[in-house]
Amino acid sequence: MSTAPAIDAVDLSRRYGMRWALARISLRLDQGQSLLLTGHNGSGKTTLLRVLAGAVPASTGRASIFGLDLAKQRFEVRQRVGLLTHANALYEDLSAQENLLVPARLLGVPQPSARAAALLAKVGLEGRAKDSVRQFSAGMRKRLSIARLLLKNPALALFDEPFGELDPGGIEQMESVIRELQQAGTTVVLATHLIEQGQSLCSRRLHLSGGRAAQA
Amino acid sequence: MSPSHARPGFWLSALLVLQKDLLIEWRSRARLNALVFFALSTLLLFSFALGADTRILGRSAGGYLWLAIMFASVLALGESFRVENENGALDGLRLLPVDPRAIFVGKATGNAALLMVVAVVLVPVTLAVYDVRPLEGLPRLGGVLALGCLGISAPGTMYAAITSRSRAKDVLLPLLLFPILIPALIACSKAATLVLHGDAMQELRSWTGLLLGFNAAYWSLGILLFPSIIED
Repeated sequence: MSTAPAIDAVDLSRRYGMRWALARISLRLDQGQSLLLTGHNGSGKTTLLRVLAGAVPASTGRASIFGLDLAKQRFEVRQRVGLLTHANALYEDLSAQENLLVPARLLGVPQPSARAAALLAKVGLEGRAKDSVRQFSAGMRKRLSIARLLLKNPALALFDEPFGELDPGGIEQMESVIRELQQAGTTVVLATHLIEQGQSLCSRRLHLSGGRAAQA
Repeated sequence: MSPSHARPGFWLSALLVLQKDLLIEWRSRARLNALVFFALSTLLLFSFALGADTRILGRSAGGYLWLAIMFASVLALGESFRVENENGALDGLRLLPVDPRAIFVGKATGNAALLMVVAVVLVPVTLAVYDVRPLEGLPRLGGVLALGCLGISAPGTMYAAITSRSRAKDVLLPLLLFPILIPALIACSKAATLVLHGDAMQELRSWTGLLLGFNAAYWSLGILLFPSIIED
């Protein structure tokens, strides 16, 4: 992989209708660094993560991810980025195992069944592999969506409220997953209201208010 | 670190999306049952509305069969995107990332397969209730049904994706889709009627030709436009 910054964003803005959800955010994050995103509800954290993941385009400004232009090379950017949000991208009628097998096959993961089983064990869901997601609690869904993110082995992992809905054991497990990713050289951006937890994982912090960068 | 392994190509991705959709349908068979019963009720209601004259019923059997399939298609198409939007699953597919054109081909083929299941159930009921026999043979009727279901599902999948995030999606989908389907409906009804009552003037070929053209146009349009439809 090149030595280009993991994120290089200049004046990134995103408008929904007449409202600017994100206004002129500039950000540079080197590979392997970790950034904590803080801010009140509606401050633009989720929008920034979705723009950086290539889920929604920026209205103005430009950004590159690992040297790839986010506007022109969205498909290539998406191959390198993993995004964990409130919307867990799970299919309610499929089992936990099937919810991992579908993306594993679409990603071309070798030995998808073995990989899915290993990831389910990692997030503590090995005993519920055959159960439909419809029967899962919010915390279990969050664990499964972590496994889905790990399946992709992203170079840049974006977490939106990763500790929400998790019990204390789940929070510990999530912290350990994030630390493992960091040790493997993954660049991490973490948006959370649990500032203490976030600060223990990230070396840098960006506070957002009304879609703009602000003093915490 | 990603991307380190070979990803499946276009056709394999489409096949995997189709496999996923069929698996979801199999897991939630209640939805398929509801769809079949809705189509059956529609078919029977037409016969009640027309009375007991089997001559009148038989003459229009092909048309009623296709109307029942078309009405059922709106439920099937809407449902296929409700599942994708429930937990942002379509976003999940986009961000994996899967080629949006492969998503279209997979989902449209899955929707066509579902409609074919409905059609297979409706045919014997149509033959019994409307007292008709396929004079041109069942294989020809099967061909018309396959072409018609594929013809409904291509524009249907496009419009279901467009309307799926709207609040009035249940109203919008038929409102947008039905006018587009008129040429397909005419061709399907005429072709089915010819298969059921005999094709003395050799007209079947031209109606299936129209259906083939309709399919070619809307499958191409879908492949071309679906990426813009599902991207914000």
